[in-house]
Amino acid sequence: MSDARPRIAVVTFPGSNDDRDALLALEQLGAIGVPVWHGDEQLPEVAAVVLPGGFSYGDYLRCGAIARFSPAMKAVAAFAAEGGPVLGICNGFQILCEAGLLPGALRPNASLAFICRDVVLRVERADTPFTAGCTPGQRMTIPIKHGEGCWFADVDLAADLEANGQIVLRYEDNPNGSIADVAGVCNAYGNVMGLMPHPEHAVDPLVGSGSTDGALILGGLVEAARARSGAPAAAAAG
Amino acid sequence: MKATVLVRPKPGILDPQGEAVESSLRQLGFSVGDAHVGRVVDLEVAESDPAAARAEIEQMCRQLLTNPLIESYEIELQT
Repeated sequence: MSDARPRIAVVTFPGSNDDRDALLALEQLGAIGVPVWHGDEQLPEVAAVVLPGGFSYGDYLRCGAIARFSPAMKAVAAFAAEGGPVLGICNGFQILCEAGLLPGALRPNASLAFICRDVVLRVERADTPFTAGCTPGQRMTIPIKHGEGCWFADVDLAADLEANGQIVLRYEDNPNGSIADVAGVCNAYGNVMGLMPHPEHAVDPLVGSGSTDGALILGGLVEAARARSGAPAAAAAG
Repeated sequence: MKATVLVRPKPGILDPQGEAVESSLRQLGFSVGDAHVGRVVDLEVAESDPAAARAEIEQMCRQLLTNPLIESYEIELQT
């Protein structure tokens, strides 16, 4: 039956630097964080996957462009195809876009500056595993820290995503020039989401500005993982 | 066979690097516009047939060297 503490993988790539923060935040929210090395061809028994922030492969070529070919990413893609919840944070978001698991691409910030500060996000959808603990229109304060977080989609793609409701989070005050103020998008099935802000840095009130709004997103992931741990293996999540 | 791949941001994409370079050039007194910053990849492929080499490099461009959503590319073969 459903695990009291669901197991959630956090994939470490060479150059990841928020992997331990993500593991700690997941532990604080009642999950068992399972470290996975990017060279692993198979995922351990887990009910959700987090791709953490950082600078995988030095951000060479394009952010996430090389990490997407890591052996672990094949397993992550297969896990996502079965309906498993996958959350990409910052560099993890960039990797998911490069891998084609999420729509769009991340470009250098419009200001060209690396931005590290709290931002206010607006929840557009509360029916994803990541925002199930939120209400539509809810505001959250979560930090960003990135140089290339300007999400881009061409006019047609952006219109499709709006129509499909794949824009999950928007900035109240766009910090990086992203199209349509997008801070986070999901795939068509809603089980893969990426966002530039760092929910793992807004879980423990002792860290950062004291906001714990990141727990809304990661807590949602933990709940989804818990539900999935209790579900029959053959059942695919929506 | 040696080849050069020129990668450019697609027209219409926000190109803050190009804008920064353009504004710096203007400050230096140059009369310029429409500056864009891309990337050059020099490489040497084992394939010696130009058509086959080009086809192989196009595959590299699609798989890794460019993101087709935001970048275009041009291949120059040194024959």
